[in-house]
Amino acid sequence: MSEVLIAGKAVQVNEEGYLTDMGQWDEAVACEIAEELNIVLGPKHMEVIHYLREQCQTGKTLNIRRIGKSGVVDIKSFYKLFPGGPLKNASRIAGIPKPASCI
Amino acid sequence: MENIAVKTAPEVKKKEKHPVEKVLIICARGTLEDVYAALVMANGALMEGMEAKLFFTFFGLEAIRKGHSDHLHTATVGNPAFMPKVPTMLAGLPGFEALASHMMKREMDKLDIPPVSEFFEIIEASGGEVYACKLAADMFHLKQEDFIPEVKDIITVGDMYALAEGPSTQIVFI
Repeated sequence: MSEVLIAGKAVQVNEEGYLTDMGQWDEAVACEIAEELNIVLGPKHMEVIHYLREQCQTGKTLNIRRIGKSGVVDIKSFYKLFPGGPLKNASRIAGIPKPASCI
Repeated sequence: MENIAVKTAPEVKKKEKHPVEKVLIICARGTLEDVYAALVMANGALMEGMEAKLFFTFFGLEAIRKGHSDHLHTATVGNPAFMPKVPTMLAGLPGFEALASHMMKREMDKLDIPPVSEFFEIIEASGGEVYACKLAADMFHLKQEDFIPEVKDIITVGDMYALAEGPSTQIVFI
């Protein structure tokens, strides 16, 4: 774990770059992490990110099936929004832990 | 002398990473657990940002047959790891395999593991590709219309190897 400066804010991240305290997150932090992953966040990205944060707060394990059924985004669009490992990248941008699901 | 110096330079010692970029998963078996192994690995690869291709052959074709996908069974006879305390004779009674398979599916559903047909939909939506083996399809007298819509094509073994093209592909046989 180390402290890094993201969007002018000191935040704690783990060795893979995931925020360790989701309370340190804000949309500016999200934009900067996304930029690092070559993703420019739009309103749809934000909608998905806020949904992931809500799910995480309620303690639910996230997986691709649940996201597809969420009504927020379908699986195809989810892959398009966050290419190169959608749930992993979206979780990192959302400031929540790396998903620990095999599905 | 110069060569030795180059070899011991610290930047040469540093290991370069070569992550897997694509998986080709061949499934030749039609039991519930083998088909799920193929599906979970393909989906897992896609979720990691890799490419995934699935090739079904022989009894694996059962997984991609219309109306058969969601009725796969796990073997209760000849499977010593399954309920080790149940005698084989008992495990062979009519209905036992169906009951055991039903129970397994119920446990999977609790873990949010989708039924086989839905898993194929997820994999297709995620950019994964599903193929059937031509030789096995001919042997079982199956045509494209006998397969679920996610099956992209019926292909030869040569076409299958072409799918694995690329320097960072892994082929997995189930």
